[in-house]
Amino acid sequence: MRADLEIIEQWINPGSHVLDLGCGDGTLLDYLQREKQATGFGLEINPEHITSCMGRGVSVIEQNLDTQGLKNFEDQTFDVVLMTQALQAVRRPDIVLDEMLRLGREGIVTFPNFAYWRLRWYLMWRGRMPESETLPYKWYNTPNIHLCTFKDFEALCHRKKFRIKNRTVVDGEHQDRWFSALWPNMLGQTAIYRITRE
Amino acid sequence: MPDFHSPDSVGVVTPQTLHFAEPITLACGQTLPAYDLVVETYGELNADASNAILICHALSGHHHAAGYHSDEDRKPGWWDSCIGPGKPIDTSRFFVVSLNNLGGCNGSTGPGSINPETGQAYGPSFPVITVKDWVQSQAMLADRLGIHCWAAVVGGSLGGMQALQWSFSYPDRLRHAVVIASTPRLSAQNIAFNEVARKAITSDPDFHGGRFYDFNTIPRQGLMLARMVGHITYLSDASMGEKFGRELRDQAFKFGYDAEFQVESYLRYQGERFSETFDANTYLLMTKALDYFDPAYEFDDNLTAALKQSSCEFLVLSFSTDWRFTPARSEELVNAMIAARCKVSYAEIDAPWGHDAFLIPTPRYTDIFTAYLDRAAREVGA
Repeated sequence: MRADLEIIEQWINPGSHVLDLGCGDGTLLDYLQREKQATGFGLEINPEHITSCMGRGVSVIEQNLDTQGLKNFEDQTFDVVLMTQALQAVRRPDIVLDEMLRLGREGIVTFPNFAYWRLRWYLMWRGRMPESETLPYKWYNTPNIHLCTFKDFEALCHRKKFRIKNRTVVDGEHQDRWFSALWPNMLGQTAIYRITRE
Repeated sequence: MPDFHSPDSVGVVTPQTLHFAEPITLACGQTLPAYDLVVETYGELNADASNAILICHALSGHHHAAGYHSDEDRKPGWWDSCIGPGKPIDTSRFFVVSLNNLGGCNGSTGPGSINPETGQAYGPSFPVITVKDWVQSQAMLADRLGIHCWAAVVGGSLGGMQALQWSFSYPDRLRHAVVIASTPRLSAQNIAFNEVARKAITSDPDFHGGRFYDFNTIPRQGLMLARMVGHITYLSDASMGEKFGRELRDQAFKFGYDAEFQVESYLRYQGERFSETFDANTYLLMTKALDYFDPAYEFDDNLTAALKQSSCEFLVLSFSTDWRFTPARSEELVNAMIAARCKVSYAEIDAPWGHDAFLIPTPRYTDIFTAYLDRAAREVGA
């Protein structure tokens, strides 16, 4: 399993009711169901991923966050709402974050850091929109329409009065390296945030 | 030529009639002292009887869901596209049971059957049957076949309502309910269309208050109209447009009132054929069963509360151009399931054929159906 998912798994209590926004092929939920006796749903729009979820016994709902929102879910019905590597691709990340903490006691979010030194270097040196292994798109066809930095994200949490319970910074291989924690906004590639309402 | 030797066909099948001598008490308060159910089965029941799938049919459906009745038979069963070896409902892994529901007109006891008390056809005295009653009779069928728990109960449209009802009536007797192109209750518009169909039948002079058997006739015109209006609701504007457009049977307008457009002659043909084979009283009964279905009714219109009775897993599927039971109706059901913490998966399948899409295999529909039932099979070691 991806290293970031292993970190997330440690933050989820056994028996939790979980909502995974953009659950992909259901790897994480499948793991949480088996290892943590978790229950819950994944939301997904990719047809192949939806079929994979169904094949492995992960409850998946075809639902588009951008066009349908999350109004069909009632307040505080989940212990945890997850969103891995999708926040930067939604139309209004701020509203999605609000919704995550309306539905769940806790939110866990992972996203790529646009202030990572290689991206800064790319932009400074070449003067063009950065491309990397984690961001392998052109500016005109990227699904990542709301890229941000760790500082940006934390400023938004501050404005919204969200409390950051945990933050782990990992590199491209999702490994937790000692130097990333030293200067995360420069050296961290992906962050995993665990947030809650104050 | 039908291809019943094809490896993915169940081949030639023979229906059997099962007699039930034990009485069944119906939602309307009446009791049927005994009844017959006509059944077809495909595949083999495993040793612990855990690999059985029940197929529930829709309004005009019946027990003949797959395969052929003889070597000369030209058309396979109504859901042959989905039932067979290697198909989504894989008969090399599952034991598939398909019946004609009570009140039907394909061999199971219905309004056209002889009432043993009077020696005459039941006709209008046959009790109105509800979805709940069907499920009760299907449970008696399961007992007879030695099936305590279905691996899955599967149905489209009115059949989906039966799958849903199973999860309320016998929560511990099914592992999965597959609810396709269905709805938790009919809308006013749905009921209105049914009423037009019923009115067409009952106002036909040959209907004779439902006693047409005694007059050796059938309400041909009424049934034909009922089927025509029903058929329109099964198709989409786009699929009708593609199939017929404004095409004329002849080159030019005739300035008369005969069927000139292809769509007119198609509807007339469908209606006429249907009126020759389907029982008018059964049609009335089936539409009424549709209208009455409303599991939330007993729970103060709270569908979530109703769903808390169930414990099976659900697969809910809708089709993008279905305007009879729109995706929104399936989503209403799914949202109530989410709130009730049911295990549910949902997908809206892009298909141009309207409500009828549940009978037509498209790649995504087939993939989802196959993946879901593959897991259901693995769960029971099939």
